[in-house]
Order: sequence, then structure tokens, then C-alpha cells
Amino acid sequence: MKNYAALAKLCYSFKLQILCFAKIYKGWIIKILNVKISIKNLNFYYNDKQAIHDLNLDIPANEVTSVIGPSDSGITTLLRSLNRLCDLNREARAEGDILLDGKSIFGKEVNVTELRRRVGMVFDVPAPLPISIFDNIAYGPRLNGKKNRKELAGIVEQSLSMAALWDEVKDRLNKPAMSLSGGQQQRLCVARVLALMPEVILLDRPCSGLDPISTAKIEESLIKLKERFTIVIAPHNVQQAGRISDRVAFMLMGDLIEEGTNASVFSSPKDRRTNDYITGRFG
Amino acid sequence: MKLSPKTAQKIAKTLIWSAALFVLVVLVAIILYILIKGLPMINWGFLTAIPRDMGRSGGISSTIVGTAMVTAVAIVIAVPLGIGTAFYLAEYTKEGMITRIIRFSADSLAGIPSIVYGLFGYIFFVIYLKMGWSVLSGGLTLSFMILPTMIRTSEEAIITVPNAYREASFSLGGTKWQTIIKTVFPSALRGIANGIILSIGRCIAETAAVALTAGAVLRMPTSLLSPTRTMAYHFYLLATEGISMENAYGTAALLIILIFFINVVVNAGVNKFMSKGK
Repeated sequence: MKNYAALAKLCYSFKLQILCFAKIYKGWIIKILNVKISIKNLNFYYNDKQAIHDLNLDIPANEVTSVIGPSDSGITTLLRSLNRLCDLNREARAEGDILLDGKSIFGKEVNVTELRRRVGMVFDVPAPLPISIFDNIAYGPRLNGKKNRKELAGIVEQSLSMAALWDEVKDRLNKPAMSLSGGQQQRLCVARVLALMPEVILLDRPCSGLDPISTAKIEESLIKLKERFTIVIAPHNVQQAGRISDRVAFMLMGDLIEEGTNASVFSSPKDRRTNDYITGRFG
Repeated sequence: MKLSPKTAQKIAKTLIWSAALFVLVVLVAIILYILIKGLPMINWGFLTAIPRDMGRSGGISSTIVGTAMVTAVAIVIAVPLGIGTAFYLAEYTKEGMITRIIRFSADSLAGIPSIVYGLFGYIFFVIYLKMGWSVLSGGLTLSFMILPTMIRTSEEAIITVPNAYREASFSLGGTKWQTIIKTVFPSALRGIANGIILSIGRCIAETAAVALTAGAVLRMPTSLLSPTRTMAYHFYLLATEGISMENAYGTAALLIILIFFINVVVNAGVNKFMSKGK
């Protein structure tokens, strides 16, 4: 009898140790698994309407993850919750957790502006601010307190080059950003995010209004950028997802239906709805 | 009988054109009439001399200075308050009891006849606060009068700033205050400037409210506490008391020129500021 009790006690303390270990090394384990963002049981509501149902998804670092699905599937909501831009909507409410490098982004001690610098975002409609090209790129660094003109000029050149726009605009940096074409404006928005030196870049249907050539340029720079950044994109069609992504997640009506590598989702989808969507039977 | 779409189109076009033309003719006629009557009166002496003999002779210099001082006091007080309130309403609160009360009072205040403001200013500033008939009482009263215009035009201008700008700024790691100062305010500036122009115009043109609070003295005002007479009130007295129609027209013409001038100057300033980003 006594032995059983001792054994139970031993087992219990061992379990505690494991738990303790897991807690301490959670950050490590996540690093080893190369998970940048981990979404845990995310439920998202606008007032009473639920936009995302119990979503679990791990987003690996330095890869392009595409979230595909028909419109109104909660994809925009998902992207916007990753940098807490959805906080701006007073009717929005999130439950569950999102971990960035193993730390919750919903915690009380989280500095939201700092989070948004680490997780940059490009919107579906190019949204350059009504200031010059230079000032658009320097906007983020300036908010961060960088004032040195030389340093800013370096950041501007570097970001524009990474977004494949430098050669087109280097002679007219002081011209208004609104004078650029739609495709250039969107690349400007990409460059503006890069100037923050973020860790993650979210792109919400960044090519939806663009011509094929601009789209190709943006895709090309994204594939280069994944060496340094983690990219989450909502592509504007299935073909684009196929071209640029390493991993694909398929969402429908707020549910995550399927998730896997590009090859596995596109060549052998497990769910019939995924198959229907990627073969163009609906959506 | 039914009109064919083509005839209807023709009739509509004629009606719309004639409405616009009629308005144009009326406006131009009024302005031209006053300028033709008044411009010959305006010369250096008229602008720089103190009115003499109740305004029958001499110039209108003290009323120009009085108008400028009263307007300046009103603008200095009402513009920051109005813009601040507008930003509070548009950016800092959600719709609720407080915003509804502020909007409702602003809208009601905008519809009150200016003589009521004058009476309030007379009782509160002139008598209760013992400021007497003065530039300060007049300016404060006018600032209350233009506050609703300032709030509503600024709020309108702030609301029309595309949300995409705000989201872009927030997503680049801007705080609310940085977003407002660096993005929303510059974009809303044209609308806000329009509100300021409207307010200046109303201040310059006001008679009833300043008659009761700033006084009717023709001496040159020397401080914020000295009484004064504004140009519009001077014009009113010259015309209604039959003192001097010539000088009245001269004053009126100057008022019109002044308002044109302010429009041009403020717009040019705004354009220069905006052109940096356009």
C-alpha cells in the first residue's frame, strides 16, 4: 500500500517536472521546430457574428504561407489579428491565443506598436500616404525616432531595392507617391513595410488590382524576401498560391479546412472541399 | 402625353443651367454694385484716418483695427477648441451619449440668431465678468458663435480622410497620436481651413453680437480691454442712421475685398502645404 502511494507521488512529481521543463523550454522547442507564429484555438467575433471558428495553425519561419479561400472566409480577419490591427474595429473580439516566437501577442505587457513593427502589413488596395515617395518609406522609421537624413536615405534605398522599385523611382524620390502607377504604389507599400525591418510580413490580396507584369514583379520579390522574413499571404487566386507558397492553408466560412505543404495540398488534397476549390469548381 | 427622354433631358438641362446662371447673375450684380459704389471712396486716407464727425468724414482705420482684433481673439480661441473637439468626436470616442450631446448642442448653437449670442455676451462677459464693452468681450462672444461651425466642418473633414491612411499608419507602428498628427491632420487640413475661412468671414461680417459686446466707440483700440466698433457695425450705423451712404459703401466694399483676400491667402497657404505631398 505504502509503495503504491510512493510510486504515485513519484509519478506526480515526474509529471510536474516534465510540465515545468515544457514551460521553460517552450521558446526553445518552438525555435527548433522553426515555428514563427502559432495560432491556438482562435475564435474571432464581430459583435455576435463569428468570423473564425476554433482555428489552429502553425506558420513556419522563412517560408511563404498562403491562406486561400473564397472571400468572406475570415482570411482578412485572420491576417489582421496577427498584428492586432483588428483592435481598431471596436466591434471585434478575439478568443484563444496567437504566439509570436512563443509569446502571446494578446498579453497585457505587449506593446502593440512594437508588435506592428515586427509584423508588417500590406493591404489589398495600395494605400500610399499623400506624401512623397521618400517620406512614405521613411514614415515608419521616423515614427520609431530615426531622424538622421543619411541613415534614412540608406533605409529608403535598401527597402526600395528589395521591393524591386528602386530603379524606377530613384530619380524622383521627392515626387508624390500618388503619382506612381498602381503596381508601383503596391511595391512602394511593400518597401514601406520592409523599411521597418519586420520579422513577419502579412500581405492581404496584394495583387488584386494589378496587371500581370506588376504581379510578377511582386511575386518575384516575395520569393527573394522569404530568406529574411516570414511571409503570410492571402493570394488573389489559386494559381498565385501555387506559384509562390511553401505551405498552403485553405479556409472556408471561418473554418480551417486543410493545411499542408504546397505539393501535398495541390496534388493530393485530403478534403473534398479543398479539391473543389483548387480545381475551380467554386470560389 | 408623355415626354420623350430626349425632351426631358433638354428641359432638365435648361432648368439646371438657368438656375446656375441666375445665381451667378445675382451674386455678380451684388458684388459689382457695391464695388462700383464703394471703390471710389477707398483711398489711402480712407484706410488710415480715424473716423471723424460720427463717420461722416475721415476714414475708417479704427474700425479696421477693431475688426481685426475682435476676429483674431475669436479665431485664436475657437479654432483650437473646435479642432480639438472635432478630433475627440471623430477619433477618440465611440458613438454614445456624450458625442450625441456634443453634436446636438453644436447643431443647435449653429442655428441660434447671433443677437442671442450678443445678449449672452453682454450679460456674461460685459456685465457679470466686468470686462465692459471691449475687444475681449466681443471676441469671446464671437468665438462661441463660430465654435459650432468650426467643430462641424473640422469633424466632417476628419471623417472624410480615408481609413486606409489610418490603417497604413497604424500598421507601420504608429501610435494614435502619431497617426493623427502626421497623417490625419495634414489630410484633413483643407477642410479644416475651409472651416476657418467660413468662421473668419462670419466674424468680420457680424453686427448684432459685437454691437452688444464690443461697443460702438470710434477711438483707436489700444488694448484687448478697450471698446471698439467693427467695420460691419460701422457700416450698419452709417447706413441706418443716414450718416453717410458714401462712407457706408466704402466700408462695404472694403469688407468684400477683405474676405476675398483672406480666402485667397488661406487657400494659397494650404495649397503650398499640401503641394509637398501632391
